[in-house]
Amino acid sequence: MSRIEAEVGKPQGGLMKWIDDRFPFTKTMEHHVTKYYASKNFNWWFVFGVLAFVVLIIQLLTGIFLTMNYKPAAAEAFASVEYIMRDVEWGWLIRYMHSTGASFFFIVVYLHMFRAMLYGSYKKPRELIWLIGMLIFLVLMAEGFAGYLLPWGQMSYWGAQVIISLFGAIPVVGDALVEIIRGDYSISDITLNRFFALHVIVLPLALIGLVFVHIVALHEVGSNNPDGIDIKKHKGPDGIPLDGVPFHPHHTSKDLVGIIVFLMIFCSVVFFAPDMGGMFLEHANFEPANLTATPEHIAPVWYYTPYYAILRAVPDKLWGFILFGLSVMLPMFLPWLDRCRVKSIRYRGWMYKTALSVFVVTFIMLGWLGLQAATPTYVMLARVFSVLYFAFFLLMPFYTAMDKTKPVPDRVVYHD
Amino acid sequence: MTEDDLDKNRRHFLTVATLVTGAIGAGAVAIPFVSSLKPSARAQALGAPVEVPIGSLKPGEMVRVIWRGRLVFVLRRDETMMAKLPQDIDQLRDPNSEVIEQQPDYAANETRSVKPEFLIVEGSCTHLGCAPLEDFDATLAPDYAGGFFCPCHGSKFDFAGRVFKGVPAPTNLRVPPHRFVRDDLILIGQDTGAA
Repeated sequence: MSRIEAEVGKPQGGLMKWIDDRFPFTKTMEHHVTKYYASKNFNWWFVFGVLAFVVLIIQLLTGIFLTMNYKPAAAEAFASVEYIMRDVEWGWLIRYMHSTGASFFFIVVYLHMFRAMLYGSYKKPRELIWLIGMLIFLVLMAEGFAGYLLPWGQMSYWGAQVIISLFGAIPVVGDALVEIIRGDYSISDITLNRFFALHVIVLPLALIGLVFVHIVALHEVGSNNPDGIDIKKHKGPDGIPLDGVPFHPHHTSKDLVGIIVFLMIFCSVVFFAPDMGGMFLEHANFEPANLTATPEHIAPVWYYTPYYAILRAVPDKLWGFILFGLSVMLPMFLPWLDRCRVKSIRYRGWMYKTALSVFVVTFIMLGWLGLQAATPTYVMLARVFSVLYFAFFLLMPFYTAMDKTKPVPDRVVYHD
Repeated sequence: MTEDDLDKNRRHFLTVATLVTGAIGAGAVAIPFVSSLKPSARAQALGAPVEVPIGSLKPGEMVRVIWRGRLVFVLRRDETMMAKLPQDIDQLRDPNSEVIEQQPDYAANETRSVKPEFLIVEGSCTHLGCAPLEDFDATLAPDYAGGFFCPCHGSKFDFAGRVFKGVPAPTNLRVPPHRFVRDDLILIGQDTGAA
């Protein structure tokens, strides 16, 4: 027994060798963790990938426990959520972790995506990582949407009504498609039942699969860094990048600090502001679904509102749908829209810096406008910001090609 | 067998034949799965017509009924409402009910109804499906004589459910199939027989 313990982790003998002869355990650990070399100058922007993984685990765990008490039927769903909140021991905590986790998933993923835009992480050779990441984002949007119907509150019902009706804008097949999505002539018990299946089986499976592929692709080409340079160009005699340090223990211990800070913020929201003033849990949703009355003010949860504002800004149903879809899909093309050869914002010119700043303001403003009632002033503002949103992407080939860049260093640089 | 003996044409034919057969099989198997997503027999049965007694409905009053899980408005228009119908014709997108899917033939007239007094329309905005509010005094939105106003994205409809120009809803409110069983009883969801 002691002999085996002493040799754990050493592939030359013992239990580990027995396993390694049958399964590539040590090889996999080394490739992905202990001998995965990532740049030593990571800043805090590089923590959000790990945080997204942490939220995924939180959502899977709390989600599994919620399914044990939730009932996916129109007659029982709302009451079963109340039951979880009041009668199930610690049920309120599990549910608030799940609902808060949904919002934090998007916060973390948006920041993770913004990191890629700051440091050109989507550029060659990481185009596929970006595309897979965008697929993860789309699945995440669908997952959040399906999950939002489950409590069967007023906003669940009417939010789903609006979004499913969007597909009716598609010429010819639209109406048939809507009927297949709902499985009924209106949103009903049948719709709720299948959205439950999507939310707890189909989409989480897709999510886990895509996250796996995302990481495999990342570990094949290596992580980007704040300087946007290839650390594999300078290797020591041992073949290890001079500017790289192994993911474990270096980045894992640093990420642990990030995870702890993240959990502190996460817990503060779970315990003190789980509805975030109506942002994370909308107040209209504390009323059961009523199909004879639309709530006076309909707005999706905050993470969809930038796109929703674009949809509302268009005074035509079909074009609204097209521009809405386009606004979600356009970031997919970033690797090819961006013609600049420099990756990191540290060495890019004023044009990209300005464009990115305007884009951040635009995205936040659209998000805010999507939460407001559609008054003429706000609709006008939403139109202005929609134009800016599309301009950022569609003009990108021009301003990134014209932009003057600074010389990129050969090795990673520290900025104090 | 060496490479030289290889009959490439034969191999190509077999590859393509296998792929095509497989694709047809996969397509056939997809049929039951996709069909299971369509409204089931029970959902169709629950979509049966509903009877609405209208004997006690006074002019200017409206009732909301549910047919196929959809909201249906039954409005008995009073004289002021009737008088407003021809007023704003030029501001309407489809004043003559030319979009044929939005009403049965028997409702494709000036009042979009079987009997001029009774308007029967689905209470589902043709934009994104919100339930329009009754705005008979035109207090919710400016620049129109009243009718229905959708709170979600501001679409406006007149007292015949006809959509105004310059709003996101593309078409008039849909008139469901319906018929008068008696003078005081409407059947919504069925129109065979007396139409």
